[in-house]
Order: sequence, then structure tokens, then C-alpha cells
Amino acid sequence: MPLDDASHRYTLPGATGEWEIVIGLEVHAQVLSSAKLFSGASTEFGAPPNTHVSLVDAAMPGMLPVINQRCVEQAVKTGLGLNAKINRFSRFDRKNYFYPDLPQGYQISQFQFPIVGEGEIVCERDDGSRFTVGIERLHLEQDAGKSIHDLDPNATYVDLNRSGVALMEIVSRPHIRSPQEAAAYMRTLRTIVRYLDTCGGDMEKGQMRADVNVSVCRPGQYEKFRETGDFKHLGTRCEIKNVNSLRFIMQAIEYEARRQIDIIEEGGKIDQETRLFDANTGVTRAMRSKEEAHDYRYFPDPDLLPLVLEESFVEGIRANLPELPEAKRERFVEMLGLSEYDASVLTADKDRADYFEAVIAGADAKLSANWVNNELFGRLNKEGLSITESPVSPDQLAKLVSLITSSVISGKIAKEVFEILWAEGGDPERIVESRGLKQVTDTGAIEKVVDELISANPAQAEQVKAKPQTLGWFVGQVMKATGGKANPQVVNEILRKKLGV
Amino acid sequence: MSDVFSMSLLEARDALAKGDVSSAELTAAHVKAAEDAQGALNCFTVIDPEHALGMAKASDARRAKGEAGALEGVPLVIKDLFAVKGVETTASSNILKGFRPEYESSVTQNLWDAGAVMVAKASMDEFAMGSSNETAATGPVVNPWRAKGSDEKLVPGGSSGGSVSALSAGIGYGATGTDTGGSIRQPAAFTGLVGVKPTYGRCSRWGVVAFASSLDHPGAFGKTVRDSALLTQTMAGHDPKDSTSYPGAVPDMLGACDKPVKGLRIGVPKEYRVDGMPGEIDALWAKGVEWLKAQGCEIVDISLPMTKYALPAYYIIAPAEASSNLARYDGMRYGLRVEGEDLIDTYEKTRAAGFGKEVQRRILIGTYVLSAGYYDAYYVKALKVRRRIYEDFQAAFEKVDAILTPTTPSAAFGIGSKSKADPIEMYLNDIFTVTANIAGIPAMSVPAGLDKAGLPLGLQVITRALNEETMFSVAAAIEDAAGFTAKPERWW
Repeated sequence: MPLDDASHRYTLPGATGEWEIVIGLEVHAQVLSSAKLFSGASTEFGAPPNTHVSLVDAAMPGMLPVINQRCVEQAVKTGLGLNAKINRFSRFDRKNYFYPDLPQGYQISQFQFPIVGEGEIVCERDDGSRFTVGIERLHLEQDAGKSIHDLDPNATYVDLNRSGVALMEIVSRPHIRSPQEAAAYMRTLRTIVRYLDTCGGDMEKGQMRADVNVSVCRPGQYEKFRETGDFKHLGTRCEIKNVNSLRFIMQAIEYEARRQIDIIEEGGKIDQETRLFDANTGVTRAMRSKEEAHDYRYFPDPDLLPLVLEESFVEGIRANLPELPEAKRERFVEMLGLSEYDASVLTADKDRADYFEAVIAGADAKLSANWVNNELFGRLNKEGLSITESPVSPDQLAKLVSLITSSVISGKIAKEVFEILWAEGGDPERIVESRGLKQVTDTGAIEKVVDELISANPAQAEQVKAKPQTLGWFVGQVMKATGGKANPQVVNEILRKKLGV
Repeated sequence: MSDVFSMSLLEARDALAKGDVSSAELTAAHVKAAEDAQGALNCFTVIDPEHALGMAKASDARRAKGEAGALEGVPLVIKDLFAVKGVETTASSNILKGFRPEYESSVTQNLWDAGAVMVAKASMDEFAMGSSNETAATGPVVNPWRAKGSDEKLVPGGSSGGSVSALSAGIGYGATGTDTGGSIRQPAAFTGLVGVKPTYGRCSRWGVVAFASSLDHPGAFGKTVRDSALLTQTMAGHDPKDSTSYPGAVPDMLGACDKPVKGLRIGVPKEYRVDGMPGEIDALWAKGVEWLKAQGCEIVDISLPMTKYALPAYYIIAPAEASSNLARYDGMRYGLRVEGEDLIDTYEKTRAAGFGKEVQRRILIGTYVLSAGYYDAYYVKALKVRRRIYEDFQAAFEKVDAILTPTTPSAAFGIGSKSKADPIEMYLNDIFTVTANIAGIPAMSVPAGLDKAGLPLGLQVITRALNEETMFSVAAAIEDAAGFTAKPERWW
């Protein structure tokens, strides 16, 4: 499938002609680490309020930040997973603003010198076609605490458990062209960080959230932007803050693009501003204009030394990088002979890929792919279960698939066994044995049934000789007589011999 | 045993070791002296006899078990910028009124680990912003020294004014201070004490209320060079809780005091001879040069051409960092809170009531210089100046081992005498001291003589980063030659 295929152009109709959308995402991904970015407090989710707060997180007088090396490793690992440049020199800056859930009165972030620079990732649309999105940068920063406004009509409560948790802000280039592509980009990013084990990727738990930059332009303008890198070819963008699900991201883009088109077509002008998406009404609302934008007074944090990475440190991480989804997908196609589609489905989620690889440790790859993708995933989806909750283990499924490839059971019987495994569990071989589901390959036994059927149905036997395609009727009768256990191949051979076709 | 209040720290340590006196007896005497002096000198924020005697008794118990540390049983005065667990720590600001930290600063912990005892917490300029200790929330601190024949109350210098007022009045055998632009060396000079600002990173900043992180240096006061050396080396050491802490070993500063200075090259920078400086200070400086020459030092004229930009750069960098460091005092979690109509109103009322005028001024300056559109013109330029000043010193230390300058351009002045003046006039007090903060290099003030009015004056010794040993050798040589023994006449 060609990359960046123009046939995927997404347009919105307007009163004055067609419009296109240009989207860039700033994704905040919570670093998977047991302690916070600059303190030893735990990052565990769901603890009672203000129980994971160190003296540093609460900004007590005289407290100082000390970088958590683990978070640095995770950021570098993620950068490598995004095919990005790792900056051996980076620096922490202070972003100053007042809010009760920001105890220090500043967020420690990386403004001027991020730890990771330019990269790119390949994403997949729903139809299987693929596109590339440039990554501008990834930097480390602290999360703020949580303000809780609905416990008391006259007071706001603050929970500092999240205060100081490490985030990676991953900033994309404006290379995303439709709401669906935005969702595809998010899914790819999530897959990558989950493969790398650098972020949980669970949007419901707030482990990943996005600021969405949206602008609209006339057809042709985006191509000029890509050629020149000059933003003047694009429309004025608005930033929609903190959107926390794929569905909301798509809805917000859709709404925002429409809103901008309507303004422009009515002769208005887009103001660069920060907006909020209201999930209840599906609309975006102005939060603050460019003029009202905070002056964050960034400056290098004097409590921290610049972050200087040894080449051996970076190379050590690179050497231990796990196989990434894109590489795994290619391997599945090239080495295992899976279809592009099967390979994509199997690698889109790390747990699924792990499950599949555990199955093929003991069974044929192609047949296993069919069983995992169709029977297992179909059933899991129906029951609303995740792969890690599957009642059928990879080992059980591998044994089941092996029973098919060694002709002990037919595919049809295998589905019956699968149902038993799902509902009752057990060992596939023993189930087949104890329930008498073994395929009959004993030619003597099958010949006996065939002889009986031919002599009982002389008219049909004559018809087969004239029209060989009617052989199927006899096959069906044999299977019926054997309770589906006869090996269909053997049945076919014997019938052809006896009927002389 | 001589009079307990005239002993040096080393003498007190030895008296304790010999069992001439117990820490409990010594500490009780110092607590009493602190209480007696507080009315006149106003140099303490906290005097807690129970806390002090508790520490002293614990020290005596350790000694009885044979576990005496390097400062076992020695009473000290602690600047209110250091968090002391369970003891009110306010940085002399209303905004931290009633704040009792649940933690102990690394520097004071090092002192307690060596057996030292806290007599009291010393007043200071609010958040260490000032050169006269007139900005403390608890009011001006008074210098025990007075001009001959005058009863005018003089400032002790600042910001560590409480520490020096107490120590020069004989209370405690040493004191802690912090020096961001001269806040140890200038008050030491104004009170006839030794004040040490070691290399940046030598003493941990963890648990020290921050003023300007890249310039803040915890350090020590002593009655003698050797006292200050022992105190400094006990406070120092690598602290993994402070990312800017120096990871190397602490040199033997006390031992360095006995090292001859013969053959050392001493630099005399021409830029430190400023307009309007009293002739007495110039003369004292010349005397210092002679003393060192007499002990075999080679005197070298040097130039530190960027000196004149140091103060302007300092008054951009320090307020910029302070404006951010002090953002945490928002009335939300600890300290003062003044309820307002809404969140913004609460912030404004709290900070207006909690911070004094000088602190407010510096927060405003700092916020301004970091603002979009001004950042490059002020902050970035100041950082470039900072680099050049550092390079000036590096070039100088190619030619010399230590630099000798006056500590201050004047002796102690009257309380309130500069209150009507342009704040710049007050800032000029730091003109000779601020360069060492900007470069992060060690510097100390040694009392060298009295002016015509009988007020003490100090000389400053500056050496290259991490070379405190040479600094102490030179300081000890000056101390020996100066034979400074003057004490303020007791009037309080």
C-alpha cells in the first residue's frame, strides 16, 4: 500500500467551495515509572487524595528537585521508538504561573532544549492504508495536581497525588489531515509506547491526553506548506486543550473545522486562541485569546543541572529496545507468510501480539493467525473482554490448532472444542479423546460407509458419474453418517475411486 | 577556663572535651545571654530554652558514652533561613509566620551530627534580601558595635545580621549564614567577625529557604579564621538531595589555616578601587598587601574588567530567580493566608500582607526581567555578563593564587540612615562581594582593623573554585598579622 496516498484526501464542503483540515497534536503521555520526575513519591493511580505527596511535591520551603533517572531512560526509549534524534544535551526550564494545584508556582518543563528532537512514525488508516506523521519534539515535564470543584459549592479541593508525576509531551508536525487520521495517529502512538513499556497508554486513566491544534485551508495550500515549510500557507490555528478520548478528539476536530469554515465564509477571521471541548454538547468554547495568553516567563531552572547523556547510555537503551510494531508487522508478513491485514491486526496491540507469539511457539503460524484473529478476537469482542482476560490460554489454543494440522480433528470439530475450552477449560487433546471427537481416517471404516451409501442410492451414484460436481451430496451423507468425524479428504478420495470420477 | 563568652569555638570545644564545663552549662549560659540581649539587639527570631537545653543534654549524654563529634556540645546560632525540624522557620517573613518544618536542612543536620547545639534562630533581612537587616518582619537588628562616643544604633549588615549581631555580642561560638550577594561577608566585616562563603555547591542548599538558587551559598561565621574553617568544613559535603551539590571530598580547611603563605601570588584588582571609598579602607587594603608581602607572598596587580557590570547583572539574575522561587508562598498550603473574594483576591491579599516592601520590589523586578519581550534584553544579557565575570576570574587565577580586596566600601552605618535613599545606594554595599557569588568561587572576610570611629573593617580573600584551602591559609596569615582583638563594648 503506498504511503501518503492522495486518494485519502479529506475535504469539507463549504458555501464557497471545498476546505481541508490541518491538524497537529501535542500528546501528554504519563511516563511509566514508580516514582515521580523529581521526587521519590509514588505514582500509583487511585490512591486516597494527598497520600502520594513528598515535601518536594508540596513545594515546602527549601525543597529541591532531583531528577529521576528512570524517567530519563523512558523518554530516551520513547524517542528511539519514534525514530527520533536523542539530544545528548537538554535542559529543564521553569514555566511560571499561579494555580492552587501547582504548588511551586511553576512547572518544571523543557522549553528551549528538549530531550528528544525530530522523528517520524507510520500510522495506519481504518482501510489499512498508511501515512507518515513527523514528530517535532518530545520533552519531559511535571504534571500538576488535581483541582476538585464539585465537593463543595464554595470551595475547591486540591489533590497533589499527580503533582510532579513525569509526563512526556510529544509534539507532532501538522501532518494530520482528518479526524480519522488523528485517531489513527493516537492509536499508533499508544501502540508504540505500550510496546516500549514507557507509558500505560490508558486514556481513561489520564495516562494519555491530547491538545489538538486545528486549522482549515483551501485545497493545494497544505502542499505549498509542505514544500516551503512556511506556515503562511495555512490557516490560523486554534488549540483545543486536554481532550481525553479518541472519540472526543475526532468530534472536537469535526466541530472546530466546521466552526472555522463558517466564520471564514461569513467574512470573519479566525483568532488564534485556546479552546475547550465540552464532551456533553460536542462543541468547543473559547478559553483564552492570544492576548490573554499567559506570559510563562520561562527561564532555566537553577536548581537543576543541564541533562547531559553519555553516548553509551543512549546506545545501551537502543541495544535493548524491544521489537516495535512496524518491525513486527513486517516480520509477520515476510517470515511467517501472514497477510498484511492479519499482521496489522495482530500487531496493533502489544498484548495481542504477545498472545499470538505465544500460540505460534507451539503451532502453525498461518492457521494460528486465523484462529486468533477470527475465533478468539471475535469471541472476545462479543463478550467485551480484553486479550489478557481470555479464558483460552495461548497454550490451549496452540494445542487446538496443532490437532487440526495433524488431522486429528477437522476445523469444524475444532470450533466445537473451542467452545468447550471457552466454557469449561481443559486440555484440548484430552477433550477430543474423551468425547470421541477424533477424526476418522481409518479408510476401511469409511469405505464401509461409502459402499453402503452407494448401494442404497444407485440413482445418485449414476448422476455423479454424469455430473461429477454432485459428489458433494455423497460427502455430506458420509459426514452425517460419521457424526462429522470422518476426514473430509479421505472421504473424497474414496468416493472418487468408488464412483470412478 | 576563661570567661565562657570570650572563648573561641576551638577553646570551647576543648573545654568541653576536658570536662571543664558541660554542654548543658554552657548552653544555659548562652541562652540566658541571648534572652538578655534580645531586647536591645533584636537579633533572634526564636529563643527556645527547652529545645536548646534538650540538645545540650543529649550532647552530654553522647559524650558520656564516648561518642563525641567534631563540634560536640558547642552552642551555635542558626540563621532563620535554615529549616530546623519542629522549630519555627520564617526567613524573617510574615508570610511564613508559624511555619514549623517537618524536616531538617542538610547543613544543620551535618552540624547536629557533629554534636553541635542550637542556642537560638537568628533574624535576617526578609528572605535574605537586604544589606542592613532592616527588612526583617520582626524589625531592625542592632549592631553591638557603636562609633566611639556615640550611642547611635548601627546596622549589623545583612542579610545575615542576626547571626553576626549575636556572635559579636558573644552569644554562641559560631553561626550559620547564607550569602547570595555578600550576605555573609558584609555583616562579618561590619561586626569584626570572620565570614566564609565557600564554593557554590560545597554546602547543600537542601532545606535552606531559597532566595536566588544559582547564587545562594550557605556558609559560616566565626570569631576566628580557624573557628570558621572548622564550622565550614563540618557544614560542607555532598548531598544527593541537592542536584547542584559538589560530589567531591571536603578539604581539610582547618589544617589549611596552619599552612605558610610564602610563595603564594596575591592579586590586587585595580577595579576594586572605587570613587568615594573612604581613604581608611584604601589604607587598610594597602596594609593587608604589606602583611602578606612580609610573609613571603608575591603581590601581582591584576585586572577584572567586567567588575563594573557585576552589580547590574546580579540585580537581574537574583530577582528573576527570586520571583519564581517565592511563587510558592501563595497562602494555599502553609504560612500566612488572607482570605479574599476569590482565588486571585486571596493570592493578592496574602502576598501583599505577607511580603515586605523590599521583597515585593524584587519580585516585581524579577517578574519584569523575565517577561516576554524583556527576557533577552535583561536576563539573557545578564547571563552573558555572568559568564564573562567568571572568565575574568579564571584569567586572573592563571596569574595568582588568591585575590585580596576590601570587603565593603564602608563601615557599618546608622539604622534608618539609608531608608530615604534610592535603593541602589543600599545595593552598592555588595559591590565588592557580589562578583564571587556570580562566579560561584570561594570568598571570605577577615577582620583587619578599626576605622577612625572605632568600627571594624574587613578584608576579603577570593580564590578559585574548590580551593578553600588556599583561601583559609591567606585568611589565617592576615589574621595573624592584623592581630585584631577588638570587641564591642558592652552596652546592651
